[in-house]
Amino acid sequence: MSAIQATGGATGDGHNLVVIPERRARESQVASGAEGTRIVVAYGFWIFLISDIILFAAFFATYAVLADSTAGGPTGRNLFDIRNVAIETACLLSSSLFCGLAAIGARFANARLFHASMVATFALGLAFLSLEAREFSHLIAQGDGPSRSGFLSAFFALIGCHGLHVTAGLLWLLTMMAQVVAKGFRQDVLRRLLCFSLFWHTLDIIWVALFSLVYLVGVAP
Amino acid sequence: MNAGSSDDVRLDDTAPGDQGSGTITMGRAVWGYLIGFALATLLSVVSFYLTRSTLVWEPSIPIALSVLAIAQMGVHLVFFLHITAGPDSVNNLLALAFGVLIVMLLVFGSLWIMTHLNHNMLPMDQIMKMQR
Repeated sequence: MSAIQATGGATGDGHNLVVIPERRARESQVASGAEGTRIVVAYGFWIFLISDIILFAAFFATYAVLADSTAGGPTGRNLFDIRNVAIETACLLSSSLFCGLAAIGARFANARLFHASMVATFALGLAFLSLEAREFSHLIAQGDGPSRSGFLSAFFALIGCHGLHVTAGLLWLLTMMAQVVAKGFRQDVLRRLLCFSLFWHTLDIIWVALFSLVYLVGVAP
Repeated sequence: MNAGSSDDVRLDDTAPGDQGSGTITMGRAVWGYLIGFALATLLSVVSFYLTRSTLVWEPSIPIALSVLAIAQMGVHLVFFLHITAGPDSVNNLLALAFGVLIVMLLVFGSLWIMTHLNHNMLPMDQIMKMQR
């Protein structure tokens, strides 16, 4: 009995002895420290963004179902101002370009490029938001607010949700500029910047779906 | 990332949003964004143009707009978010593919069920009559 146990113990030890160098060999190609953390953080944030996209899909499904439920009220063709939407799209698309330039500025530790691009991103994002706010207040003022019909409730919920995300993004943008000023291009600041740029580009992707499938399909003949 | 080793991250994985896994010059990086921006602008302009033109058969315009939107989302993913089909981006792409599956189920499932319900429901005035 004890002999068997002893043998079992011995093979167990032997097994461990074999495993250790194998693990070492594997760890040599495993990312450690800053680079590994960066990959894990960005991947986790990517998973969050996908859940955010699913949230928007739920709002979009609601809109798609209710798009014809106008309760005798105005339809998208009467309400949507396509020129306004085109300017909004131009703002958000070029803000995405500047956000990318800011990411390059951070990557090459070029503070001037970074700050100039972040200011441009902020200004364009703010222009987008004020255009959207103007559109909303105009609709509400002429009596076509969210309580007018199922179509308008779903429309305000969907576009408003995107607007809230952009607002949050603008606040985050200012925070990141302040952090770069206070702390410089440190590893943790760079990780947050990577997450911010992923967030901003994802908002732009969602806007592509909104302007094409809500506004343009809404006014299409 | 192998099964059973949750704390291991392989160096040959890229983080989503990272432009290229190796070294890259600043000029090349800027060019990547400019190309993406040009393609996205082109697709947007075509989308806006389609709604006003008589170039396309009218009933097909919503489909054309959907196709253009999906193409533009692809451009954004590749040039801005740097989610590519490369071997070092497999995890990012798989997560995205799962997200797309859920989005499709959600949107088309809702539309399918609700149009079916609408179709099988009595017209509203008859329901009102029955309630009297």
